[in-house]
Amino acid sequence: MDIQFVLYKLILAVAILLLSLVIAMYATLFERKVAGFFQDRLGPNRAGTFGLLQPVADGVKLFFKEEFMPANADKVLYILGPSLTMLVALLASAVIPWGGTLIIGGHEFSMQVADVNIGVLYVFAVISIGVYGVMIGGWASNNKYALMGAVRAASQMISYELAMSMSIVTIVMTSGSLSLNDIVAQQHGMNWNVFTQPIGFVVFLICAFAETNRSPFDLPECETELIGGYHTEYSSMKLGFYLFSEYINIFISSAMISSLYFGGYNFPFMNDLGLSHNMVTILGTVALFAKISFFGFVFMWVRWTLPRFRYDQLMRFGWKGLMPWAMANMILTGFFHLLFKK
Amino acid sequence: MNQDSTKISLTNRSKVVSNKKMTLLERFYLPAIFKGMIITFSHFFKKEVTIQYPEEKRKFSDIYRGLHMLKLDDEGRERCTACGLCALSCPAEAITMIAAERKEDEKDLYREEKYAAVYEINMLRCIFCGDCESACPKEAIFLTDRLVPSEYKRDKFIYGKDVLVEKKNARVDVSKRQTPEVLEFKKDKTKLHNK
Repeated sequence: MDIQFVLYKLILAVAILLLSLVIAMYATLFERKVAGFFQDRLGPNRAGTFGLLQPVADGVKLFFKEEFMPANADKVLYILGPSLTMLVALLASAVIPWGGTLIIGGHEFSMQVADVNIGVLYVFAVISIGVYGVMIGGWASNNKYALMGAVRAASQMISYELAMSMSIVTIVMTSGSLSLNDIVAQQHGMNWNVFTQPIGFVVFLICAFAETNRSPFDLPECETELIGGYHTEYSSMKLGFYLFSEYINIFISSAMISSLYFGGYNFPFMNDLGLSHNMVTILGTVALFAKISFFGFVFMWVRWTLPRFRYDQLMRFGWKGLMPWAMANMILTGFFHLLFKK
Repeated sequence: MNQDSTKISLTNRSKVVSNKKMTLLERFYLPAIFKGMIITFSHFFKKEVTIQYPEEKRKFSDIYRGLHMLKLDDEGRERCTACGLCALSCPAEAITMIAAERKEDEKDLYREEKYAAVYEINMLRCIFCGDCESACPKEAIFLTDRLVPSEYKRDKFIYGKDVLVEKKNARVDVSKRQTPEVLEFKKDKTKLHNK
């Protein structure tokens, strides 16, 4: 365990942290611009050319708002809620393989912060803790309606976690490993999992929408139904953390979808172009970010296309619609794997 | 009461609600979702309808009622005689004035012996209805297409003669705001009003 290794991992972790924050920041602008273009209007374009300083303006605005705590709110939990949500959103980026390996000066540097051999399990554990952030926020606000919104949000997230985990189990079955690095490495070239697991992909995509509380599953936080849901009583940077962590969750979900189903940092004709190892890695990282951007765009595209689910429709869909499909997918894949194992 | 089963409709646009059961493919909702997403995506490439104020402005109509203007006649004399009919007709009581007598050396400033020394319109009260324009017997006050800019204090919204009177070298054409009968009347140069 030499100092060089520790230093490299530290730098990589900080770089990925900053990258997630900057990407989430510009995702807020991207969402508003994309929303504008879908609605035949321009998005924000006054804050800088093409509105590029808009997220900075939003951040400054949130900092200047009044920091208050509602009367009789639980002091510790009120601050813990958004902090936990933000922590959990950022933690998941540690195990995602952002690229292959870079060979510099004879040493091999992997582009993944932590290559734990239970990578997938870690990500789902972290996502499950995310439910706490929402619940604590709703409870600590000392507001009946915020509590109702938080309860709905928590039950929605828990219901859709099951179908998500079952589609992941299918991937683990076919690749034989829980480590994200192995799963991505096995999708070499164009051997992506989406071609062998289309149902699993659709189920995972829908569950990703539900887990990030994103339309059409955004009942917990929509303004017409519950004012703000679990973040009604929050203002200033605590609210900023809740809203920001939603965008970080979108980024991480897109990264997970790309890594699990769309080959991560693999792109077609990887080995046939005759490029150096480092170049292939760099191109792979660029390809991964292109896929992440595409899925982020899909998140926004679906938001501005579909109307919102009602709460009972949402629960019925999660339990009676998605879970049987995910289970059927799992059983079918197990069947095929057993009978036609390579 | 026995209703006739034929449907009576005033236009042919009413669509009868169909309660058909959905086919298996329709119950997936995915094809319908894809169709919707394609429609949304096509809007991505259409032209945006945003008007980028203040670089681009929307065109006003010819008779747009904006900021008032006290007009001068062809020789540069103020037409307003402080008769008070505009103040009387104003539904919001926005106009106030103080009349004064014309001195000997002011014959080229004012048309008649009485003129408005102080003429103020409170823009916060004004509702831009144009009743003052209709009531004026001397064709002195018109509403132009200028907009009232925003201010920080209420006092700044009381506009006096310095803002309202037309500048001699920047005449505004208001013929589009006048009816054809008025324009016919104005052609008769023997009338005292038109001199």
